[in-house]
Amino acid sequence: MKKKLARRHIEESIVKVLMIGSFAFVVGSLGLILVTVIVKGLPALTLAMLTQTPQGGYYLGKEGGILNAIVGSLYLATGATILALLVSVPIVSYLTTYAHRSRWAGTMRLSLDVLWGVPSIVYGAFAFIIMVAVGMRASLLAGIVVLGLIEIPVMVRAMDEVIRSIPSELREASYALGSTRFETALKVVLRQALPGIVTAILLAFGRGIGDAAAVLFTAGYTDRMPEGLLRPVASLPLAVFLQLGTPYPEVQQRAYASALVLTIMVLIISLGSRLLARRLSRNVVK
Amino acid sequence: MRRWKDRFAGRLFFIATLLPIGLLVAMIVGLAIRAQPLAASQPIGDLLFGQIWLPSEGRFGFWPFIMSTLWVTVVAMVIAVPACLLSALYLSEYAGPRLRALMKPLLDILAAIPSVVYGVWGLLVIVPFTANVAAPFAQRFLGFIPLFRSNNTTGYSVFSAGLVLAVMVTPVIVAVTYEVLQTVPQGLREASLAMGATMWQTIKFTLWPKALPGIIAAIVLGFSRAFGETIAVMMVVGNVTQTPTSIFDPAYPLPALIANNYGEMMSIPMYDSALLGAALILLLVVLGFNLIAMLALRQAVRRAA
Repeated sequence: MKKKLARRHIEESIVKVLMIGSFAFVVGSLGLILVTVIVKGLPALTLAMLTQTPQGGYYLGKEGGILNAIVGSLYLATGATILALLVSVPIVSYLTTYAHRSRWAGTMRLSLDVLWGVPSIVYGAFAFIIMVAVGMRASLLAGIVVLGLIEIPVMVRAMDEVIRSIPSELREASYALGSTRFETALKVVLRQALPGIVTAILLAFGRGIGDAAAVLFTAGYTDRMPEGLLRPVASLPLAVFLQLGTPYPEVQQRAYASALVLTIMVLIISLGSRLLARRLSRNVVK
Repeated sequence: MRRWKDRFAGRLFFIATLLPIGLLVAMIVGLAIRAQPLAASQPIGDLLFGQIWLPSEGRFGFWPFIMSTLWVTVVAMVIAVPACLLSALYLSEYAGPRLRALMKPLLDILAAIPSVVYGVWGLLVIVPFTANVAAPFAQRFLGFIPLFRSNNTTGYSVFSAGLVLAVMVTPVIVAVTYEVLQTVPQGLREASLAMGATMWQTIKFTLWPKALPGIIAAIVLGFSRAFGETIAVMMVVGNVTQTPTSIFDPAYPLPALIANNYGEMMSIPMYDSALLGAALILLLVVLGFNLIAMLALRQAVRRAA
């Protein structure tokens, strides 16, 4: 009896050590990634990199910066997020108010979850087929559309979760006062869920700005600033990738700096959404 | 008027919900149509199991790429799954509220880091680590096992890609596993602990059977994430067309194949068909895995509730 008791306590401590070890591994790898990007990127990060476009011979190590990619990425992700928002709000409203627990809503959620998992390179390949079919070249517009499609499942599912956590009494109170479902969706549910919705939007934005595989097919790359919806546009992930591909150490240094810029942007979005959500949640009826 | 507005909005919203399903169908159909010429020109078995990839001679054997994708993904899962499950268990069962509150932003950040940044990290840290530490170490002590044999000194290998991917899929697996564990009723834990079981015994005999379908779903979700990852893998895997036989061999997974060659796919006959076919294979595999995972997850939630 005594021996058995001891054994299970030993087992307990072994497992606990293993667990803490794996948790430390997860935390440690995050720390390692951030440290690597900062240590390698910071020395090469200059003001010129942030304020200039690539000059002649940039990829041989000469003057210039990645302003074209920074602005391009912001255009792409902003456009895509607005597009995704326009499509997502109706879908979420339908899922949560009109077809609250119907079978159709279940199928919808399943298909959105599946879409979330589709690799972005498949989106890119699909968009490429469509672009060839309609005779369109790589452009800002194509990039926005494909990123928008990638963002929709992220946005819808995140908003859906938030809205479903709203107590149904609120909704019922609104119905009891004689409002229609449309009015309830717009004036009660949407307002209650605002903090979560902001988080969802920024989550989608982050996904859009970091995507490289789909952009590769659709938005192309250019050393100039974005010139119009139908012209190719540069993006930060591709800027990192292309600069790393050159054989010159100076240019590779700049790739690390570009990666740092991208990481900082993503972190600001992530932390910003948290702060914004906290501020907005003051208006929520508990 | 209000009633009319309500009904009109309902219709409009309904049409919007058709978009995701429509998109999914359009993707499958579109890719299948474009891949069809290749499938018509050669038997599908030859394409899937063919070893030789020479687009200029019209020979398209997908086998090395399919196997490379599987190798990379499996290595990633072998590294990630135990670490993720233990972390999730720790967070859910042992950790205090403060640590738990810390976890969510941490996983969010990990999930938000763009894949190209993971690629840079892999290039700067993992590839040298593989070349200088992991591969020589494995060669010296485990070299008699073919799986660990290494004559590749560059570090660009299945192992490097797997390690990078393992970190990339961590947020998904930990978050989903954690959610699943939280759905197990507290009363069950208390009952088990009241009977004198240790925490680990409670996990092993009470939580584990309850949560297993959900945990499988979490793993499958991670698997399908890893399966389609492009840029980060492409940067560290070496991109050599061969069927790997050791985890330190370079490889060439399907997504990297598509991304590296799309530029010239219009210049060689059938090449576009082959690359879009590769995209179709990716899509179908991921779709299948995701569907299984989602259905299992639903079952798990229903069973726990």
